[in-house]
Amino acid sequence: MRHHLILRVVTKLLVGTIFLFALYVQFHGDYSPGGGFQAGVIMAVGFIIYGLVFTLKKAKKVFPPWLVHKIIALGVLVYAGTGVYSLMTGYTFLDYAAIDPHHPVHGQHLGILIVELGVGITVTGVMVAIYYAFAARAPSLSDEDW
Amino acid sequence: MVVTAISVVRARSLFAIVTLSGVFSLLSALLFIRLDAVDVAFTEAAVGAGISTVLMLGTLALTSRSERSDKRPQIIPLLAVVATGALLFYATLDMPNFGSLDAPAQTHLGPDFLERIPGDIDVPNAVTAILASYRGFDTLGEVAVVFTAGIGVLMLISRLALRRPEDEEDDQEGST
Repeated sequence: MRHHLILRVVTKLLVGTIFLFALYVQFHGDYSPGGGFQAGVIMAVGFIIYGLVFTLKKAKKVFPPWLVHKIIALGVLVYAGTGVYSLMTGYTFLDYAAIDPHHPVHGQHLGILIVELGVGITVTGVMVAIYYAFAARAPSLSDEDW
Repeated sequence: MVVTAISVVRARSLFAIVTLSGVFSLLSALLFIRLDAVDVAFTEAAVGAGISTVLMLGTLALTSRSERSDKRPQIIPLLAVVATGALLFYATLDMPNFGSLDAPAQTHLGPDFLERIPGDIDVPNAVTAILASYRGFDTLGEVAVVFTAGIGVLMLISRLALRRPEDEEDDQEGST
């Protein structure tokens, strides 16, 4: 897509905004629609659109596949780790009051934030990994093919 | 939505079908908004209309562009579809009317959660509170499913071990 000047300029402008929106959806999920699942998808879309317009190679330089594979597992670990932490501190599994025993409501806030972060990380990783897997196999198409 | 669905069935070009299913997802997102389920609509728009269209197009690049035409009469599938549709319609007869205040969800669960959330969790978005806290186990399961699906796709199509030597070649080309 070397010659699509408009696409490249618009993408450059948009990618940052997409990431910002993903973070907003991620951390503002308590107050507005959205949460980890949606934020993860939006975050992944940012990387995918970058990979589509500027080649896959550049996208892999920004977000290398080994890192993608690691963060898929990291998200699940963050989520389950929260549960294990609350077990360790003598509460039931995934009882977020464990995080702040003096103020259970704060603990709930933090717990939801951490857990949603785990969800977001895993979803981002999985979506980007699937995109990489498909795009790496596809022969690069010229525009006339479509 | 009905028009889009019928065009998906009628169309032969897979590119058109993928695009139309994206349109279908977007329309169902609008339907969810009409039902006041903003979180679900958000997910549908992002996943259904956004990511899955891109992934489908990626798959399309691996296979052929158009569907093989099949002229045989397809009575059994038609019967199955009609029967399922009739069953679903029959099931909706028992459902409370749209927006009815007497619906079970409005009389027991909804008010109960809405009363408890300010004291227990104090998060304005009730959906997030239920999803992440009351139903934390369930959501953990969902994340595990996403994780497993991702690993499965990677195992099936990326052939990591086989491609490693090629990748190294690519890197060398890039550096020289």
